[in-house]
Amino acid sequence: MEPSKGIDGLIVYGVAYLAFLYLPILLIPLFSFNDSIFIAFPLKGFTLQWYEAMIAQDALVRSLVNSLKVASAVAVISTILGTLAAKAVTAYNLRGKAPIVAFIMIPFVIPGIILGISLLVLINRLGVEPSLFTVGLGHVMIAVPFSMMVMISRLEGLDRGLEEASMDLGEGAWSTFWRITFPLALPGIVASLLLTFTLSFDEFLIAFFLTGKEATLPIFIFSQLRLSQKLPNVLALGSCILAASTIVIAVAEYIRRRNLRSGRESGLGV
Amino acid sequence: MWERVRRRFLRSAQMRGYALLSPTLFVMILFLVVPLGILFTLSFWKQDGLFFAPAFSFDNYLAFFGRIIYSKLLATSIGTSLCVATATVLLAYPMAYCLAFRIKRAKIMWLILITVPFWTSFLLRVFAWKITLGYQGVINSGLMSIGLISEPLQFLLYNRFSVVVTLTHAWAAFAILPIYVSLEKIDRSLLEAATDLGDGPAARFFGVTLPLSMPGVIAAFLFVFIPTVGDYVTPRLVGGTGGIMIGNIIQTMFGRGNNWPMGAALAVISMTTITLLIIVTLWFIRKMRQR
Repeated sequence: MEPSKGIDGLIVYGVAYLAFLYLPILLIPLFSFNDSIFIAFPLKGFTLQWYEAMIAQDALVRSLVNSLKVASAVAVISTILGTLAAKAVTAYNLRGKAPIVAFIMIPFVIPGIILGISLLVLINRLGVEPSLFTVGLGHVMIAVPFSMMVMISRLEGLDRGLEEASMDLGEGAWSTFWRITFPLALPGIVASLLLTFTLSFDEFLIAFFLTGKEATLPIFIFSQLRLSQKLPNVLALGSCILAASTIVIAVAEYIRRRNLRSGRESGLGV
Repeated sequence: MWERVRRRFLRSAQMRGYALLSPTLFVMILFLVVPLGILFTLSFWKQDGLFFAPAFSFDNYLAFFGRIIYSKLLATSIGTSLCVATATVLLAYPMAYCLAFRIKRAKIMWLILITVPFWTSFLLRVFAWKITLGYQGVINSGLMSIGLISEPLQFLLYNRFSVVVTLTHAWAAFAILPIYVSLEKIDRSLLEAATDLGDGPAARFFGVTLPLSMPGVIAAFLFVFIPTVGDYVTPRLVGGTGGIMIGNIIQTMFGRGNNWPMGAALAVISMTTITLLIIVTLWFIRKMRQR
């Protein structure tokens, strides 16, 4: 729009912003290789001892397995629920569509602590013990709105004519679904699975209230943060988690945005 | 008979739509609305040792208004979150503008780079600031080792400042995306029209771009403001005694404090206050726009 004159100030700002986003996080991997119990400059030397100490912790491996279980279940359940809702909202001209979507989005704008304690109170009244199951339940509540949003922006971009054509050509509803709708929605489904998996895997605020004897990984990390001699182990573990999450999210976002034209994204636009 | 009902049901597109929606709505009602209702009820009960005494009393609410510390804490929490939301939106706007209007190549890459930190562990992002701002942390030790300061800076960690910085960083991506989407949606011909009518870049920005992107700005503000009011991890890890927030008290009531009804009352009061605040603000904004 405006004649570009050499270096654009806004682009410089953008790069500085990315630095602000990433520099503090990159300190975690940087100090995880530092040969000192103190997290401070100057760096003392390269070591892998914190990673070795990390692997030696049984509690860590157990909580990792717990987190993987919970996150997988949450990803599948919330993606199914999110996809159903998104399909209903995009394919049918439903009366009361806007308030329904707004209702499903509510967990988005409720502080995690409120969701956590209200579910804690519910299971307490029902006489259910806090466990990995209840943690998963809490995570489904925050994952469904995200999944629905991802799926709405995917399904909105689809040509409904393809489904209608398939039906007109005599395919049944079932085979139309498997041969037309599902393949077209697949990138959204994959992205939703990956995003909700990571969301649950990294979630702490809600899990803190709903966790029982078995800890998830973030709960384990939190318990380690109190002990200053354990901090280097947390750095090593944190580096691994950040690396894994970053790869998963980058893949999910790439799949999701590749075929979406900008501006087509749905209202809330995450 | 049954078959006919079923057919009729499926024929109506509306009904099929609601049928598709029903599992999700059912789950949301069962695990969102019902628990919030129980939480509300609990706020009128009393803690009796390990058990609750079902009752209908306003004692917990009276306790809130009776002890100035609670309302003070709620006010400072809201103040902190307002600071965070304002800072986040101010920092995010130029970035979103840059994304929407300047970046042409590798836009997906930029979007991914901005979204990735948002999805990764909140706990680790807070932890990163703890080691950055600490008394013997990265900034202090770094400045000391290059000789700029001889004593560690005290003001970096364990106060409200550190809470605001940490939360602003943690919620950055949440603010960029709504603003970016609202900027993307602006019809480019409106901007060209403004230029053709003789508006300079500043007049065009304040006359066209900014007003049209306000829905995104407001959404971004609320998305950051609301969840941060209830945060308890950031104050716990980087806030010290000076940075404590209402979420910490609620968490304590459900933990060591062992007074769930009081915690429920505090949660209800906080949520009501925030909601009222938002409704009044949105109403005020609408009035301003109508004039």
